Amino acid sequence: MRKVYLDYNATTPVLDEVREAMLPYLKGQYGNPSSVHWAGREAKKAIEDARDNVAGFLGVSPETIIFTGSGTESNNMAILGIALGSSNKRKHIITTPVEHSSVLNTMRYLEKIGFRITELKVDSTGMIDISELEEKITHDTLLVSIMHVNNETGNIYPVEEVGNLTRARGVIFHCDAVQSFGKIDVNPDKIKADLVSVSSHKIYGPKGAGALYIRKGVILHPVMFGGKQERGYKPGTENVPAIVGFGEACRIINEKREIFLNHYKKLMDRMWSRIISEIDGVKLNGHPEKRIPTTLNLSFDGVEGESVVLNLDLHGIAVSTGSACSSGSTEPSHVLLAMGLPEEVAEASVRFSIGLFTTPDDIEYTVDVLKRVIFNLREISPSYRKHLKTA
Amino acid sequence: MTGRNDRSVLVAMSGGVDSSVTALLLKEEGYNVVGVTMKLWENDDETNCKFQRCCSPGDIRDARRVADKLGINFYVINMMKEFREEVVKNFVAEYSIGRTPNPCVHCNGRIKFNYLLKKADELGIHYLATGHYARIMKNNNKYNYCILKGVDRRKDQSYFLFNTPRTAIPRLLMPLGEFYKSDVREIARKNSLVVADKPDSQEICFIPHNNYSVFLKKEGVESRRGMIVDTSGRVLGYHEGFFNYTVGQREGLGISTGKRLYVVRLDALTNTVVVGSEEETYSSEFFVKELNWFIPVRESETIECSVKVRYRGNESPCSCVTLSDNRARVVLQTPVRAVTPGQAAVFYHGDLLLGGGWIE
Repeated sequence: MRKVYLDYNATTPVLDEVREAMLPYLKGQYGNPSSVHWAGREAKKAIEDARDNVAGFLGVSPETIIFTGSGTESNNMAILGIALGSSNKRKHIITTPVEHSSVLNTMRYLEKIGFRITELKVDSTGMIDISELEEKITHDTLLVSIMHVNNETGNIYPVEEVGNLTRARGVIFHCDAVQSFGKIDVNPDKIKADLVSVSSHKIYGPKGAGALYIRKGVILHPVMFGGKQERGYKPGTENVPAIVGFGEACRIINEKREIFLNHYKKLMDRMWSRIISEIDGVKLNGHPEKRIPTTLNLSFDGVEGESVVLNLDLHGIAVSTGSACSSGSTEPSHVLLAMGLPEEVAEASVRFSIGLFTTPDDIEYTVDVLKRVIFNLREISPSYRKHLKTA
Repeated sequence: MTGRNDRSVLVAMSGGVDSSVTALLLKEEGYNVVGVTMKLWENDDETNCKFQRCCSPGDIRDARRVADKLGINFYVINMMKEFREEVVKNFVAEYSIGRTPNPCVHCNGRIKFNYLLKKADELGIHYLATGHYARIMKNNNKYNYCILKGVDRRKDQSYFLFNTPRTAIPRLLMPLGEFYKSDVREIARKNSLVVADKPDSQEICFIPHNNYSVFLKKEGVESRRGMIVDTSGRVLGYHEGFFNYTVGQREGLGISTGKRLYVVRLDALTNTVVVGSEEETYSSEFFVKELNWFIPVRESETIECSVKVRYRGNESPCSCVTLSDNRARVVLQTPVRAVTPGQAAVFYHGDLLLGGGWIE
């Protein structure tokens, strides 16, 4: 069966060059970066090269970067690190309801231990109102955590405005840039962010590596304890092969980013124009313009997203609904529900996300199959038939 | 899918040995098998659960590992909303009016053979298979398909199938109906399925630690202290909530009168537990409602058959007289102990499942 992968927001394939760069560290170069001898020094050099590459891609200096195990770990370290290190006077944190679960669930924990969490409102396109943020910042606001790009809708948030505001008000700004990194410019200095989370496997690197940018002068309370690796923030022997792969992915993607963006835009325009002209009852979820060109989140009237995803899978096409939970079952997306979408629209949503290896043929095949699947599902959906009659 | 594939089957996999072997047998028969686990419930204390229950991450993993081994597609489908609406709400409502519900029957009739069958439709899959010990047979009259007991009498689960929508039956496959449980385990072992020696599930899947009163309390049904009376109305003691009791129960009444006492009935209106002698727990007739028949039945017809009033009970010969409103009066040849309101009364003629209803 033909296989098409349109779930790049979930994860990306590892580039050949990245794998090649990693292999020596799975074979001959097994040293522990903390060791003083030749074996350790080789490994240490590899990690520092990788740090240069990640820092170079972000446009910051290498000593501001620490390696973590994932984007989730970066988010936890940043938010908990600020909260646990705060004086008792500042107990207020602002975020949005459309953040990744690694941010939202960390906030829930902090709420339990006495922090006050404010979630900004989002409108029906998923966007925030910067003036609301301005109003909500008070004398005891410690931290603002707002994502750069949303994983489900592809919405781009006005993080530079957020950064201007927080910097002026003396509030720490953490930005989850896991979904924007490698797709659009992520520069912590331009954003005026104090903390920025990024991840390797979303940019064609291996799983098991992430990074956290920590602006000079910002001090985190550690959330794990052990050795002095990664300035003590991420103790434990480094995942050398994954970090090396992450660094290599940064180097390659950094060089070619402009070319990729044009490629994505062309493919997505084609996909969207075919879907909108060939399938009735389609709704685009997210902001119509302020979106990255790699994500398309759609709801099809009268059908469940889950059924679309399973049918496409049976045709070899990998896409997703909302956010998958660990058991593999799907739940209505908290992002779309926060946007005020009715539950049935949220449950009808399907996310297509494209990337480097997506071809024009993939797009044509996917739309061909999608058309048939939607048609068949609507044929057997009593609610849709009723809807057509009353419409 | 492109058109209906009549060799395709959706197998409801719980992560237990029965549904795993069901998938294996159908795969070997050449069906195009897709495995599915329904996520029906989420226990808050899932991680603390000593025995991993159905829908727990452990069971879903087992189902997935079996599917991996068989090389079939496998999905977890979220049916939590439907399950709460169709099964749990009913369970709570029944308990709160003093009845003893049977959620497994509801789950079969309203979830598996309804919503899951619709899922199969959506995926273009013709058959739905379960690991029930019962047989689906084609026969010659206009009620074209019927359900028979499983050949392993000790495991027969046809009792739980009386509520199956008749139109669903032609699309069901229950290959285990032809097997003995011991053979099923043997097949699982021979094929190195990880679940070969996994114990059978015994409890109700959504009640952690089988603790009904904690569960019901969480669902908003409060225990209220009330009287324990004998059948003549004499107060013998007090109880701390009648849903801790079930008809026929002897232990745990906390009263001593010198003679053995049994729960005869629960009266929700007066919040009373009525107790009596063992003889008083026997009934020679009772009424059933919401009947579902697999045979043609008219009103005020008398059907001579046998009836089972609980899963682990014997069959008793009876006359079932059909009434209006889908009810019936069941007259037993010899009285039966602890006919419990809320449980299913299921009718048989030999191996043939005739139908059933809920005891009033």
